Amino acid sequence: MTWTPDQPIISIKDVHKSFGDLEVLKGVSLDVMKGEVICIIGPSGSGKSTLIRCINGLNDVQGGSITVEGIEVHDPDLDKLALRKKVGMVFQQYNLFPHKTALENVMMAPLLVLKRDKAQVEEEARALIKKVRLEGKENSYPGELSGGQQQRTAIARSLAMNPDVMLFDEVTAALDPETVKEVLVTIKDLAAEGMTCILVTHEMGFAKEIADHIYFTDRGVIVEHGPPSTFFERASDPRTREFLSQIL
Amino acid sequence: MKTIPGVTARASTDLPVLKPFDVAAHSPDSMMMTRWVAGLPWWSPAAILTISLIWPAIAYAQSSYSIGQATEALWRWMPFLLREGFLLNVLISIFAMLIGTLAGAALGLGQISINKWVRRFAWFATQLFRNSPWLVILFIVLLALPFEVRIFGTIMTFPDWWKAVIGLSLPVMANISEIVRGAVASVPTAQWEASESLAFSRRQTLWRIILPQCFKRMIPPWMNWYAILTMATPLCSLLGVQELITLSRQAMESENNHPELLMPFYGFALLMFFIYCYPIARATIALERRFSVKL
Repeated sequence: MTWTPDQPIISIKDVHKSFGDLEVLKGVSLDVMKGEVICIIGPSGSGKSTLIRCINGLNDVQGGSITVEGIEVHDPDLDKLALRKKVGMVFQQYNLFPHKTALENVMMAPLLVLKRDKAQVEEEARALIKKVRLEGKENSYPGELSGGQQQRTAIARSLAMNPDVMLFDEVTAALDPETVKEVLVTIKDLAAEGMTCILVTHEMGFAKEIADHIYFTDRGVIVEHGPPSTFFERASDPRTREFLSQIL
Repeated sequence: MKTIPGVTARASTDLPVLKPFDVAAHSPDSMMMTRWVAGLPWWSPAAILTISLIWPAIAYAQSSYSIGQATEALWRWMPFLLREGFLLNVLISIFAMLIGTLAGAALGLGQISINKWVRRFAWFATQLFRNSPWLVILFIVLLALPFEVRIFGTIMTFPDWWKAVIGLSLPVMANISEIVRGAVASVPTAQWEASESLAFSRRQTLWRIILPQCFKRMIPPWMNWYAILTMATPLCSLLGVQELITLSRQAMESENNHPELLMPFYGFALLMFFIYCYPIARATIALERRFSVKL
């Protein structure tokens, strides 16, 4: 199947996923168009993280289908490397490579995976580090950076692969309140440039501000979704209302 | 600063007190021997020497063969014992470590292979050689390997000490295999996921991300096994390899087997091993401490 820009860049249909006896996703469907910013919110254990980990093949799905730019992620013979060249992911715990400097972290994947020319990769990596406002930290090791700086390095590391979609898995959950903002600003810049983003987040204010569409998940299903204006003002489902009343 | 009784003052009592048993401090681990050796004070070699000289002097004071004659005999034999004997112990330990490390690294990587059969074979080989008595392995290798091999008409003899090297390298291999497997397992799985999501292949992840991170962690246990291996080389004397203990026994025989010779000769052997292994043990513990702070 070939993908054309008028079709959803990510199409998830009736996805089921269990860990042993525990069914985490009970038939989730959602579509994302190119350039859209999607926020997935919901209580802990509702399957948000599992869902976005399914999108880049870190978790396999047991039922339903996921396509990313025409690549069938649910296919058992999936070429995971081809998929992951298109989809970047940022984690809650940053997961930078501790034995490499910030610059090396950013340069590694283009050099090793895409086998690109080193001088050019370095030039782009320095530009990316500048873009996430970390100039001067190129030669610092992850252990010497603050949480927010590490997370921005991780974003730059993902961007270095020039992905079409970025997945953010609760990227601010491990940060101090004062450093959350610097990471959110970076994501906002990215969204403004037209990057397709899927965020799992607890930052409601941020979701309201940045998202084109908000999905609320609870116990493995999407309970409710809609653009932020209607979602936050006129949530109809009692579960959504209860969650929002606890958060806001 | 003012001391506040019962709060900042040290608690003390004349009454007998049963202190809680510290389980963690007494549980054995793989580094126990190295820790114990490294914990010995620096003057231990001198103490060993003194004891090995004074003990026989007291025990055999009434004998006709004096302890002075015994130490004089040791003095005469010492260069020979060092040059022909202890040097071979060191050589055996270095070669056995070299072979054991290379084979153990391969076996350890085999234990984390994605191929089920490679994994099972590596696990089995590791468990087999890790849990067999070293002496049994040595005897099997000694009897199983031929005395000489003929390759394209040229006869290559296979000296006993090379069989000892191979025999000792097997248990070392198994333990290095476990070190590699354990070190790889100690890296958080998040590191695997991060490199996977950057489209690294499994091989790239292992060699570029995971192994560089656990290399440092493997050095102290690796040195620990070198010290253990060196102290195990006297086992080779049971196979007739002409190493320090075999030669000491032969030297004592040629000095008419006076019992007064036992302490100086074996004391000297003990001293040699101690002098060789003590710095290794100290360095191992120092490195372990340094790396454990950093990680």
